[in-house]
Amino acid sequence: MGFLIVQFLTGLSDASGLFLVACGLSLIFGVSRIVNFAHGSFYMVGAYLAYYLIGYLPLGGLSFWASILISGLIVGLIGILVEVLLLKRLYRSPELFLLMGTFGLILVIQDLSRWLFGSEDLLGPRCPGLDGSIDILGTLLPQYDLALIIIALLILLAIWLLLNRTRWGILVRAATEDREMLAALGVNQSLLFTSVFFLGSFLAGLGGALQLPKGGADLLMDLNVIAGAFVVVVVGGMGSILGAYLAALLIGELSAFGVLVLPQSTLVMMFLIMAVVLIIRPYGLFGKGKSGEYEYDEKTSAPIQPASERLKLAGLGLLLLVLLMPLFAGDFQLVLMIEIAILALSSMSLYFMMGPGGMISFGHAVFFGGGAYAAALLVHHLNTPMELALFFAPLLVGLLALIIGWFCVRLSGVYLAMLTLAFAQICWSIVFQWSAFTGGDDGLLSIWPSDWASNRIVFYYLTMTLCIGGILILRHLVFTPFGYTLRACRDSALRVDSIGINLKRHQWFTFALTGFFAGLAGSIYVFSKGSVFPDEMAIPRSFDFLLMVLLGGIEALSGPVIGSAAFIWLHDLISRIHFWQLILGSIFIFLVVAFPRGIAGFLDNRFGRIFSNHIGPRA
Amino acid sequence: MRFVRRLVVFFTLILFLPFFYPAFSDAADTIKIGEINTYSKLTNFTFPYRNGWQLALEEINTAGGVNGKKLEVISRDDDGKPGQAVKIAEELVRKDKVILLMGSFFSHVGLALTDFAKRNKVLYIAAEPLSDALVWAKGNRYTFRLRPSTYMQAAMLAEKAAENPARRWATIAPNYAYGKDAVKSFKKILKAKRPDVEFVAEQWPALFKINAGSEIQSLANSKPEAIYNVTFGGDLAKFVREGNLRGIFKDVFVVSLLTGEPEYLDPLKKEAPEGWLVTGYPWYDIKTPAHDKFLAAYQNKFDATPRNGSVVGYNVMMTVAHMLKKSGSTDTEKMVDAMEGLAFESPIGPVTYRKIDHQSTMGAYVGYTAQKEGKGIMVEWQYMDGKDYLPGDEEVRKLRGK
Amino acid sequence: MTTILSIHRLSKSFEGIRAVNNISFDLNEGELLAMIGPNGAGKSTCFNLINGQLVPDSGSIVIFGKKINGLKPRHIWRLGVGRTFQITSTFISMTVLENVQMALLSHHGRTLNVVRKVQNLFMDESIELLERVGMADQQDRACGTLAYGDLKRVELAVALANNPKLLLMDEPTAGMGPKERSRLMELTAEIVQTHRIGVLFTEHDMEVVFKHADRIIVLNQGKLVAQGCPEDVRRDTGVQEIYLGREEAARLEKII
Repeated sequence: MGFLIVQFLTGLSDASGLFLVACGLSLIFGVSRIVNFAHGSFYMVGAYLAYYLIGYLPLGGLSFWASILISGLIVGLIGILVEVLLLKRLYRSPELFLLMGTFGLILVIQDLSRWLFGSEDLLGPRCPGLDGSIDILGTLLPQYDLALIIIALLILLAIWLLLNRTRWGILVRAATEDREMLAALGVNQSLLFTSVFFLGSFLAGLGGALQLPKGGADLLMDLNVIAGAFVVVVVGGMGSILGAYLAALLIGELSAFGVLVLPQSTLVMMFLIMAVVLIIRPYGLFGKGKSGEYEYDEKTSAPIQPASERLKLAGLGLLLLVLLMPLFAGDFQLVLMIEIAILALSSMSLYFMMGPGGMISFGHAVFFGGGAYAAALLVHHLNTPMELALFFAPLLVGLLALIIGWFCVRLSGVYLAMLTLAFAQICWSIVFQWSAFTGGDDGLLSIWPSDWASNRIVFYYLTMTLCIGGILILRHLVFTPFGYTLRACRDSALRVDSIGINLKRHQWFTFALTGFFAGLAGSIYVFSKGSVFPDEMAIPRSFDFLLMVLLGGIEALSGPVIGSAAFIWLHDLISRIHFWQLILGSIFIFLVVAFPRGIAGFLDNRFGRIFSNHIGPRA
Repeated sequence: MRFVRRLVVFFTLILFLPFFYPAFSDAADTIKIGEINTYSKLTNFTFPYRNGWQLALEEINTAGGVNGKKLEVISRDDDGKPGQAVKIAEELVRKDKVILLMGSFFSHVGLALTDFAKRNKVLYIAAEPLSDALVWAKGNRYTFRLRPSTYMQAAMLAEKAAENPARRWATIAPNYAYGKDAVKSFKKILKAKRPDVEFVAEQWPALFKINAGSEIQSLANSKPEAIYNVTFGGDLAKFVREGNLRGIFKDVFVVSLLTGEPEYLDPLKKEAPEGWLVTGYPWYDIKTPAHDKFLAAYQNKFDATPRNGSVVGYNVMMTVAHMLKKSGSTDTEKMVDAMEGLAFESPIGPVTYRKIDHQSTMGAYVGYTAQKEGKGIMVEWQYMDGKDYLPGDEEVRKLRGK
Repeated sequence: MTTILSIHRLSKSFEGIRAVNNISFDLNEGELLAMIGPNGAGKSTCFNLINGQLVPDSGSIVIFGKKINGLKPRHIWRLGVGRTFQITSTFISMTVLENVQMALLSHHGRTLNVVRKVQNLFMDESIELLERVGMADQQDRACGTLAYGDLKRVELAVALANNPKLLLMDEPTAGMGPKERSRLMELTAEIVQTHRIGVLFTEHDMEVVFKHADRIIVLNQGKLVAQGCPEDVRRDTGVQEIYLGREEAARLEKII
């Protein structure tokens, strides 16, 4: 009995920790629609600051609590700095590009923290006065667990009072529920956004500081905590604080009792819960419909035009260059070109889903990695020759995409994106854990091309044929009735419904197409590397693809290709340097501020006239 | 804004410039070594490792290099991703023309490089990855490994653990290959020595995402007499703290893999556990001339105390030097032949690369943890030579599938 | 004359409030039927019931002899019902021409085609439709850049793409200037005449209603309070009560 009570309270305390990270994120999202991936970084900075402050403050027992509060405030101020200097410039650009800005922030904060705080793992200090345990029917429970439970409840109450009993709170709620109305009321949105960002960041810092006695501070915290925080926010319903609390509770308790029944469930529990909740309740537990939708405006979506003669000529020139490359390029340049081509195809398929399809995916790696694994498994278990593996793997992934898509197209906006993430994580954990079949995280090795294709140059041409072919097919699709219908679905769900188009079915097929081409890219990838590991399916891989698409720009058809080329070359150029993450992150931030339409969008803006068909004015 | 745009155009041009550079190689008077490790993550392990090989490199080159040539190490970050590691390996081999590859921390990165080495017939000396598969199931002619593997370290611990009367065992290990291997080997060896033990509970926290409270409570619920722990880093800290607060280490014998390594023991400070049986590296207590010399040189150069990674880094660099002396050539096949059976004296004892499975016999220190001046240390330790904890030739042949 | 739309005892409640309360009326071929009433009278609800966006609580909606209760908008469209929105809803990333092409692609069941380029499909038909609404000269403009009145006309062209026999127009002239309004309604009336289409439209502008409608139905508080030709409705005392009160108030406001 004592055990069950303690296990429940432990789960509750874990839930409280989760809630503390997630509530700030939920607030920020609710008001400003910013999906702030850097929230985990703020959490980490909060933990580090508090760790050092507790050591320095000469306040005796009080210094613990004072330090936590002060670190929260400092992180809040950092939040203001970020909002005013960076995000404010981006509010007018498409919301998606904010993602890239916050990705940049993660990298920058990561390296700055390493530089400032050192790379040593820090064990958090215990909380003075609460450093013991209490005995519950013979089982011990740390006092600080109880403290966390109470603090989380107090913060929940405080936020509730703030939102429901103050004018500021009413404005925040209004902004969460109806942005147009808020604008109509003539409220100073800029100030409101800044203040919400402050509060959200403050809460992140506070959350990081408060967990010190339960663990400590290390440089992996940022990414370790962010996925969980997003899951909580989405399961609770974006913008709903009470929802976030209940979601954290659900996850905390199910995890605490889950390990009793199935100790191996630790990798996947959270994402399983999210998938189930989103399938039953598409907007999370307490979410209101539509609040997670992305808006496309005319800036992001000028009419597309078929390639002009000049553009075709330029493309042909580029193609020729690519084909002649083996004549003058070194071996390693070919390796890089192969990687660029493969990732460009995968990005292009993601772009097809995001751009014309209007569906954001945070789990694209499941298709890419799925293709890699499908091919590798075929070779490994059935001794399938490369040619057949390249044929069947994309088909299998297309099938997988149909299954995943069937659930996902019921949702939209951020919820859809998070459901793709959930499925990606579930597939990842299957691959990761099923060692007998997939090799687990030791991966599958020795997946090399057939003899005729193992010559580097032959393989180069094979890759180029498949990848460029795939990219051109995807490009062509945009101009076909299917591609147009897809864009129509994105532009106006109301209108497509009123002209007899089944929106979900078209989006569903888009998943299959995306899966197919990403799977093709993945299956070539595995032959180019010779081995495959679960990393190819993991979250960072998905974010790589997202970054490549955003880097290129979401509105230009050439975006994904330019984006992945830039991404890989950039990476290769600077990864020799110490603190390269700092540089890469700064570049991302610089890019989003300098040209929010992506590289291709910018080129189009500047040089578009040279290549345009001169039909009418451009939007 | 105009300025910004120009900057951007300029920047874009620079970005794409390298596309059109012809590949070049310079035939300088150095021997180039490619080194790959995870320097952007887990830096508390990889930085001391880098110090280690840098120290060795300096010693080698001040002594005039090898065979009249200086050694040059081109070190790259793999970001902890196997795909990235393979790409960098290609770049090092094809563009930088290195003669061999060394390094890596994560097992899966090590395995990816193992396969790369086999395919491209490049010598790869794995430094830190512990995976058993690296030299056994996936072993090949071109891959060697320095550090004692998961199996070896688990075997050392199991031998000692068998002396303890505890019969009811529980295990906790991170939910990935290393954790699973470590538990499997330990169970197997302990069971062989002590048929009376039973394993009553297991927990598999996600790596670096342990829910320490609930998972420890679940372990405790099965009333174990002994616990075998494989968690490390931040997970270990949480495990120790929660375990203490929840009183589950009281009267329980704990055996813990790697916990005695300064990388993992130092951060625990005055909460470092006492009386745990661990593998590690008690640099403060090793009094041999070879180690004294290494210790002095290390502290002198870096103004820091060495960690286990430092020894690994130092030894892997020394391996390269000794191997080159033996082979007298940078031809891969000759280098591989030289590696097989290569023996040299390391700061912590003799190291031999076994011909049969390319595993080195570098050993580990096994002892009990204790507190001294608010810090965790190892006491009653002994150096266990790796050669005594490797399976017999017959079994190795079976494992290597030959 | 054939009845193409027949509403019988239609009701719909929201949280206990009867937004549409037991309404019955018919619409004939070639007829321009206006639905009027003050704000909150139930016009929009009634409209959304007919076009399938809402499902009625009780009563029946019969179009071309088929009961359509519970059908989705896209199925209703397939029966031959065209529709324009109160707030225009076009595909902003497409040109005027492409918007019409989209409707034709759907009409001809070609939306899953992944081979041909849209560029060459249904060009003549699209241009003809645009000519009908007087937008052919702007066919290559992006919809995102059009004036509001032009958007309304594009919507009309889109609505006509499937040769509808019934056209549902929710406030077709909202947001337009007086001259434009009258031009659009004249255009509509002409189409109704030539193609024998039935049109049901809601409208705030009484001048438009009384000038163009063949028949008028008046809703108030969810109920149908009057129907008949414009002259009858104008003379109906119940309607005068509902409307004159409002106009008096408006007049007063102007004076102040």
